[in-house]
Amino acid sequence: MGWMFRHQKSAGVRQELPHSLERPAVLENFPKALWNEVFHIPDLWRKFEFELTQPATSYLKSTHPDLIQQIIKRHANHLQYVSFKVDSSTESAEAACDILSQLVNCSIKTLGLISTAKPSFMNVCKTHFASALTVVFINSKSLSSIKIDDTPVDDPSLKVLVANNSDTLKLLKMSSCPHVSPAGILCVADQCHGLRELALNYYILSDELLLALSSEKHVNLEHLRIDVVSENPGQVEFHTIKKQSWDALVKHSPKVNIVMYFFLYEEEFDAFFREETPVTHLYFGRAVSKAMLGRIGMNCPRLIELVVCANGLQPLDDELICIAERCKNLTAMGLGECEVTCRGFIEFVKMCGGRLTQLSIMEEVLIPDNDYNLDQIHSEVSKHLGRMWFPDMMPTW
Amino acid sequence: MKHSCIHWFRKGLRLHDNPALLAAMKDCSELYPIFILDPWFPKNMQVSVNRWRFLVESLKDLDESLKKLNSRLFVVRGHPAEVFPGLFKAWKVTRLTFEVDTEPYSKQRDAEVVRLAAAHGVQVIQKVSHTLYDTDRVIAENNGKVPLTYRQLQAVLAGLGPPKQPVLAPTLETLKDCCTPGRDNRDPKYEIPTLEELGQDPKEAGPCLYPGGESEALSRLAFHMKRMTWVCNFKKPDTEPNTLSPSTTVLSPYVKFGCLSVRTFWWKLAEIYRGKKHSSPPVSLHGQLLWREFFYTAGAGIPNFNRMEGNPICVQVDWDDNPEYVKAWKEGRTGYPFIDAIMTQLRTEGWIHHLARHAVACFLTRGDLWVSWEEGQKVFEELLLDADWSLNAGNWQWLSASAFFHQFFRVYSPVAFGKKTDKSGAYIKKYLPILRKFPAEYIYEPWKAPRSMQEQAGCIIGRDYPKPIVEHEALSKRNIMRMKAAYAQRSHSKAAQVEKESTKKGGKRKLPAGPSVVELLTKKPKAKSS
Repeated sequence: MGWMFRHQKSAGVRQELPHSLERPAVLENFPKALWNEVFHIPDLWRKFEFELTQPATSYLKSTHPDLIQQIIKRHANHLQYVSFKVDSSTESAEAACDILSQLVNCSIKTLGLISTAKPSFMNVCKTHFASALTVVFINSKSLSSIKIDDTPVDDPSLKVLVANNSDTLKLLKMSSCPHVSPAGILCVADQCHGLRELALNYYILSDELLLALSSEKHVNLEHLRIDVVSENPGQVEFHTIKKQSWDALVKHSPKVNIVMYFFLYEEEFDAFFREETPVTHLYFGRAVSKAMLGRIGMNCPRLIELVVCANGLQPLDDELICIAERCKNLTAMGLGECEVTCRGFIEFVKMCGGRLTQLSIMEEVLIPDNDYNLDQIHSEVSKHLGRMWFPDMMPTW
Repeated sequence: MKHSCIHWFRKGLRLHDNPALLAAMKDCSELYPIFILDPWFPKNMQVSVNRWRFLVESLKDLDESLKKLNSRLFVVRGHPAEVFPGLFKAWKVTRLTFEVDTEPYSKQRDAEVVRLAAAHGVQVIQKVSHTLYDTDRVIAENNGKVPLTYRQLQAVLAGLGPPKQPVLAPTLETLKDCCTPGRDNRDPKYEIPTLEELGQDPKEAGPCLYPGGESEALSRLAFHMKRMTWVCNFKKPDTEPNTLSPSTTVLSPYVKFGCLSVRTFWWKLAEIYRGKKHSSPPVSLHGQLLWREFFYTAGAGIPNFNRMEGNPICVQVDWDDNPEYVKAWKEGRTGYPFIDAIMTQLRTEGWIHHLARHAVACFLTRGDLWVSWEEGQKVFEELLLDADWSLNAGNWQWLSASAFFHQFFRVYSPVAFGKKTDKSGAYIKKYLPILRKFPAEYIYEPWKAPRSMQEQAGCIIGRDYPKPIVEHEALSKRNIMRMKAAYAQRSHSKAAQVEKESTKKGGKRKLPAGPSVVELLTKKPKAKSS
C-alpha cells in the first residue's frame, strides 16, 4: 500500500503521523515485528481525524476503510481526541455515525463533527444519529469538549450526555441544531457546572438558561456565542431576554465574552437591545437598521468589538458618536457598506482615541463634507489613533 | 568610439518610448536587437498556450518593425548567463542595453549578466521605462519603506512630480550610421519560435481576441483614446464584470509585455484630460496605472512577496491542502455558474474583468474553498495574458485579506454578485452553453430548479453540470471565524515573533496530545509552502 500520511490538525496546526498498514519502504531494515509494535503504541492513537468522503463525487481524501477497522478493533480505547470530517454526501455522514456507534470501550475527551461543504449530518436519520452519538456519550464518561454544530442532535441525546459527563463537560458548540429545544439546553446548563464555553442559536436561549449558568455551583462562564439567524424575512418572531437574566450572568461571570452573530433582515431587529445587554462582540452579517445601531450605543456598555457588513444610505454619524460615548470598552470596529460623513467619522475616532486597536472602514463609505475631504481623513484619524491609518479600498487593476 | 551593441528585449517589446534601445543606437555601428528564450520561465511557471501565442505574435511584430529600420530581431535560445559570453565574442560586443526589471528572478539574472559583461569589457546601460517611476527611488523617498496603501503611494509620487515624458521611437535617421549584420541572410537559429517549438499545440489555443504586439497595442490605444468622453468619465468600479464583450480597455496584456509603454499611455491620457472635467485616481484610467505602480513598488521592496511564508506583510493563515478543490475551481466545475463561467472565460480567452477576478479569488480563498491564495496565483499566472508577477501576487493577497486589506467579513456572494449587473445570466449562458436553457430565475442557482425544469433544459444538475461543491451560506460563515482566528494569531504572534526566530518552527504550534514515538524515528516534515 505504500507510505500513506494522514494529516491531522492540532489546534489549527498540521501534524503528520504515518498510518500505513504496512511497514514503509524507507524503514526496510527495520524489523517487521518491531515496526508493528511501534505502530500500535497507544500514544500514537490518542488523536485521530476520520475523513469520510465519497470518491465518485468528492474532492477530499478519505481515511482508508481498513485503517478505520484497525482503529476500531485495536485502538478505540486509546482514542481521546476525535474528529470526523465529512463531505457533502449523506453517505459520509452515515459512515461517521457507524464509526461512532462502534466506539464502545473508549474514554474520549474531545469530539468534533465537521461538515466541510454542506450540513450533511442533517440528512442522516435522526434516530440513527442520536443512537450513534449516545454510544460515545455513555461510554466515554469524561467528555470535556464537544463540537456538534449543524447536526440533528436532540434533547434526549443531551440528557444522555449530561447523565454521563456532567462533571467533565467544559465546552459545547451546537449552533444550528434545530432539534434542540430551550429545555434541552437548559438541562445541560443545570447539570454541567463546569461548562465554560457554549455556542448556540438564539431561539434556545432563555432566561432560565442564563440563570442556570449563573447558579452558585456553576463555574465562571468564559465564552457564550449566540447565532441569531433568519432564512426568510419575517419568518421568525424573536423573544426577548430579561435584563435581570443578563445581569445575573455578568454578576456571576464578570469577564464573560458574549458574542452575538446576527444574520437577519433589517426589519427583524425590533426585539433586540431594548434594554441594557452585556454583549461584548457584535457581528452583523447582513444589513442592520440604523435604529438598531442607535440602541446598541444606548444599551451595550460592555461592547468591545463591532462589525457591520451593511447598513443603508443614511449616514450613521449620530449612532457612531453615541457608541463612542457610551461603549468605553470598544477596541475594534469594522464598517462595510454603510455611509458616514468624514466629520462624523473623525468625531467618532477622536472620542475613542488610541483604544481603537482595530479600525476598518471602506474608503467609499466616507462622505466628504464641508469640514473634511478624503485626503484629510487619513491624517486626522492617524493623529487621534496615535498611529498611521488608512481606510480600506479594493484594488481595481 | 563606435560601439557594437546588443539591445536585450525582455519586457519592453516595443520601439516607442524605449530609452534603453535609443541608448544602444547612440554611437553605434553594429546593432543586435535580441530576445532570449530563457528556459527558466517554462521551468518555473506555467504558461498557457494563449500567452505563448501572444508572445510569439509580439516578437513577430517587433521583428517586422525592426525590418523597416533595416534591422531584425535575433531570438536566442538558452540561459542568459550561458548565451551572453558566446554572443559577446561572436559579435565583438562593447555595449549591452536593457530596460530595468524589478522582479526577483530578473534582478538576480541581470546581476549575473552585469558581472559577465564586466568580465568581457562590455559597457552596460539600464533604463527605467517599464514603470512610471523608478521603484527604488519611490521607496527611498518614503524613508526606505514600501508604501502599503494607495494613498501613501500617491503622497510620495506627488513629491516626485509627474512621470517622465516618453521618448520617440527610432527612425531610419536614428540608425543611419548603424547596421545589423546578418539581417538579410537570416540565420535560422535566431528565428522566432513557432508554438510547436515551444511545446504548444496551436489547436488548444482559444480564440485570438487580443493579438500580441506593439502595432496592435498602439492601434487599440488610439481607438480607446478617441472615446474622449468615456475616458474622462471612466470609473473602474462602475465597469461591469459580466458584459458579453469587455467593458474596459483590455490594454493590460500589452502593458504587461511592454508592447505599450505605460508612460505613453499616461501622457496620452493627460492630453485628453487637459482642460476638461474628469475622474480621478483611484478610479480613473490614470488611477489604474497608479495601481500597477503600487503593486510593482511593493513587489520590488517586500521580500517573498509571492508567498505567505517569510512575507512580512502577509497574514499567516491555516489554508487547507485541497488539490481537488483547486482543480475544480480551475476547470470551472464548482457548480456555481457565475464562478465557472468566469473561469471558462479566463481559460479560453486569457482575460477577465477585475471584479470577476475578485469574485473567483474570494471564492477560492477566504470566501468558500479555503485554499491558499498561492494556488490561485499559480492558476492566474498560467491563464492570464496579462499575468504580471507583482500585480498577481499583490492582488491575490489583497483579495484573500492576507495583506493590504482587512475587511475579511465582506465576502462576494457567488450567487448574488453577478446578478447585480446581469440579471438574465447572458454571460453565464455564453461561457457555459450547457446551462443555456435555464430561466433567469435559476441560472445562478440551477440546483434549485425543479427536476422537471432541469429535464426540460436538457441539463441535470449532478450529471450534466456539477452540484455545488460547497454550501456558500454555511461555509462562508465558518470561514469568517477561521479568518478571525488567523488575525487574532497575528496580533498575538507579533510579540512571539522574536521567540520564533530562535526556535525552528515554534511560536504558534501547540504540542501534540501525547508523545509521538514515530517523530523520534523519522525527521519532522517541513511546513507546507507552495
